Amino acid sequence: MSSTRHLQAAGMQDLLSDPERESGQLSDIAAQILQQARAGGADACEVSVSSSLGRNVTLRLGEVDVLEDARDHGVSVTVYRNRASGSASTADLRPEALQLAVEQALAIARHTQPDPYGGLADADKMAEKVEDFGVWHPTMLDMDALIERAGQIERAGLEFDERVDNSEGASVSADASIGVYANSHGFIGHGRHTRYGQSCVLVAQDSSGMQRDWDWDDQCRFDRLAAPTATGRKAAERSVRRLGARKAPSGKTAVVFDSEMAMGLVRHLVGAVSGGNLYRRSSFLLDTLGQSIFPEWVQIEEHPHLPGAFHSSSFDAQGVATRPAALIEQGVLRRYVLGSYSARKLGLETTGNAGGVRNLIFRPGADSFEELLARMGRGLLVTEVMGQGVNLVTGDYSRGASGFWVENGELAYPVEEITIAGNLRDMFGSLRAAGSDLETRRNIQAPSLLIDGLTVAGQ
Amino acid sequence: MYELAKQALLAPAGLGHQEIERVLGRLVEGGVDFGDLYFQHRQSENWMLEDGIVKSGSFSIDQGVGVRAVVGTGTGFAYADSISMPAMVEAAGSARAIARQGQSGAVALGRPADVTALYQPDNPVLAADSAAKVDLLRTIDAYTRSLDPRIGQVSVSLSCEHESILVAASDGTLAGDVRPLIRLDVRVIAEQGERRESGNAGGGGRYALAELMQPTAWQVFADEAVRQALVNLGAVDAPAGTMKVVLGPGWPGVLLHEAIGHGLEGDFHRKGVSAFSGRMGESIATEHCTVVDDGTLANRRGSLSIDDEGTPSACNVLIEKGRLTGLMQDKLNARAMGMKATGNGRRESFAHLPMPRMTNTYMLAGPHDPGEIIASVDDGVYAVNFNGGQVDITSGKFVFVASEAYRIKNGKLGPALKGATLIGNGPDVLTRVSMVGNDLKLDSGVGVCGKEGQGVPVGVGQPTLRIDGLTVGGTA
Repeated sequence: MSSTRHLQAAGMQDLLSDPERESGQLSDIAAQILQQARAGGADACEVSVSSSLGRNVTLRLGEVDVLEDARDHGVSVTVYRNRASGSASTADLRPEALQLAVEQALAIARHTQPDPYGGLADADKMAEKVEDFGVWHPTMLDMDALIERAGQIERAGLEFDERVDNSEGASVSADASIGVYANSHGFIGHGRHTRYGQSCVLVAQDSSGMQRDWDWDDQCRFDRLAAPTATGRKAAERSVRRLGARKAPSGKTAVVFDSEMAMGLVRHLVGAVSGGNLYRRSSFLLDTLGQSIFPEWVQIEEHPHLPGAFHSSSFDAQGVATRPAALIEQGVLRRYVLGSYSARKLGLETTGNAGGVRNLIFRPGADSFEELLARMGRGLLVTEVMGQGVNLVTGDYSRGASGFWVENGELAYPVEEITIAGNLRDMFGSLRAAGSDLETRRNIQAPSLLIDGLTVAGQ
Repeated sequence: MYELAKQALLAPAGLGHQEIERVLGRLVEGGVDFGDLYFQHRQSENWMLEDGIVKSGSFSIDQGVGVRAVVGTGTGFAYADSISMPAMVEAAGSARAIARQGQSGAVALGRPADVTALYQPDNPVLAADSAAKVDLLRTIDAYTRSLDPRIGQVSVSLSCEHESILVAASDGTLAGDVRPLIRLDVRVIAEQGERRESGNAGGGGRYALAELMQPTAWQVFADEAVRQALVNLGAVDAPAGTMKVVLGPGWPGVLLHEAIGHGLEGDFHRKGVSAFSGRMGESIATEHCTVVDDGTLANRRGSLSIDDEGTPSACNVLIEKGRLTGLMQDKLNARAMGMKATGNGRRESFAHLPMPRMTNTYMLAGPHDPGEIIASVDDGVYAVNFNGGQVDITSGKFVFVASEAYRIKNGKLGPALKGATLIGNGPDVLTRVSMVGNDLKLDSGVGVCGKEGQGVPVGVGQPTLRIDGLTVGGTA
């Protein structure tokens, strides 16, 4: 296989300047693996092959901290034989390593037990057309350009306020990745994207102590990244406003989760209605299809075909066609989040969610963020949570938190070293309002949310 | 160990010391203070049982070489996911972009370091055949289900890893290690009426798979997972507020990892961003507290014969009788601070940069009987199991999440409490330790520490502790 040898030697520019060829080479590898699996006795096989490159620069206090070049490959293969499965993966794309991976997967499948629900997704569910969502925008960027930009970001932050006197650094990164998924139904799907990121972590200090916070941006086009000074200043502003934080009063209170924290709540919803947790009976939302989970105004929809979004795809992790569909409609759970395995276990149809949801959007409300705080009046604004205190089996929720105490709809003082606790089922039911400030840069997108009746432990 | 690592990593690619010296020489040309090559080969295998059948298994091989060039505190880094001369040379060219001008450098490697091996170079992937591993999982499943009719779901997983590493650096370091790592986990769901609760237990380390396959070893995990789930079926809402907390021995040592350990990693001190920055020598704990980070314990999950920079691991005293005495360092940060590397330079893989990381972090035993400690509390919480934690090293605030806890009233244990987050402030939490038990215990071998996106296996431990004032995040 001379083509794969060539791929090994291919440098950065090749992947960026000729993605079609790189994609073609990955397809060749996928085809070769499918063929070897069949020859080795597999009834069915699926394979993912990926190739990516990245460059990352971190500057700290004006000095280069890290310059990093990354070049990664990956192959993962799953074979099925008499309804038993075996998987193997490798980062080595040489033909002998690929052959070994297939043999290993077959060897595993000789020992796993037949699973009547296993196997590929049904052939008639494969995506018929693989669309391009416009997320490939290669830009040749040398290290100096990235260093220059990181410097602009950090300087803007350090100059923003004299209390910002230290930094954990500003980073700028550029990544490109190409992937192929194929299975023995004959399905093959390609995907590729570029991703440019910038972030800055700053430390502010006064007599009350040190506080650190950050800001970031992430885009598929380099020229769409926020202005460097905007990211630096925002990181500085966020660090400074935490200075002097203290505990909040203990008791039941209303809470506004900012859009980033609200995304976490929606993620817990997704976890609880995901097939794996449902068939393992590890969810507090078992048997809730068609029931009201949220107040009637809540609408949460999946849009897997959004142009310009990293996570858009015509097919899921098993080749099944994805489609836009509501998850929550007028507060009611309309469907679960299923791949074909969990769907079969539950006696349902796959929802094209093998590998997760794609562009799940909580429909924003009319209130601006300030209006949402005004609506709350008195309570807690949460801007950060800590720890793993979410139990999806019971819905019990208890997290470390920091943010701001709010009086008369205005930020009164910064808050830290407190916990917020409740039960997710109750919290979902007690949603009072959503802001208009949808965070659009994430796969799960939510606006700020106002929820009544959480328990704060603080003073 | 070095010879084994060399056989696994260099021999297949036809590489010898001369080739490595040549690449290192090129790497540290003009202006580069330090450079190293990190060769790694990792084989791992996982088996998973669910619904009574071993339904999946996976096997993977990762190998490559990471190349680092350091100028001052700046690092240039690149890696190749194959081990060969051309790949190394290309990566070295990228890594030395950190330096601007060039002149010839020469590097002479030292003799491979004599290292005390803390574990046998067994390969658990090959140690038992697949059929035996599958049988083990099925036996554990049947045993677990037999323990109580309320146990509905059982999942069991076994993971085996075998890793060879070799480090060659421009300071002459030449060292290798072969590291086995095994882990078994049991997870159950218990159901009673409307209540459903989970329980988890597991363990492992750098020891022979045959040992973990003994019923006396795995039955402990199955019993424990079932016991936890059943206890939680009867749990009531945890209280909310600041109160006295007694922590059980062993895994609750995650407190030390979060509250103290991360804040004493050298990189945060070099940058001056730790809540403990500038406090060396100060009293940060009551005199009952002595805390160490110890990579030298035989066979433990967090142990390393050498770290990922070739420095032998050590037992480093972080807090001695309440006084802050030590930091954990890798080479870069130690050099920048004029200190010594402490054997804490660790990396997730060849594709990640090393950083100061913990190994096994624990507090030494004190004088008190655990029963006496519980009896001394009039109103508080006794927490014995945790789900892990998190810390903001700059503000010092940390959380750890109790998964099994009990109310204490008038010195007696009351009802079980639902899981709750405990939150505190790292720099002062140990000043509130009023009693230290005589029952030091280490965890069973399940810890994974995450820092800047890199995960590494770690251990924790402690004796029973009484802390006079932690915030408990319940709802009652």
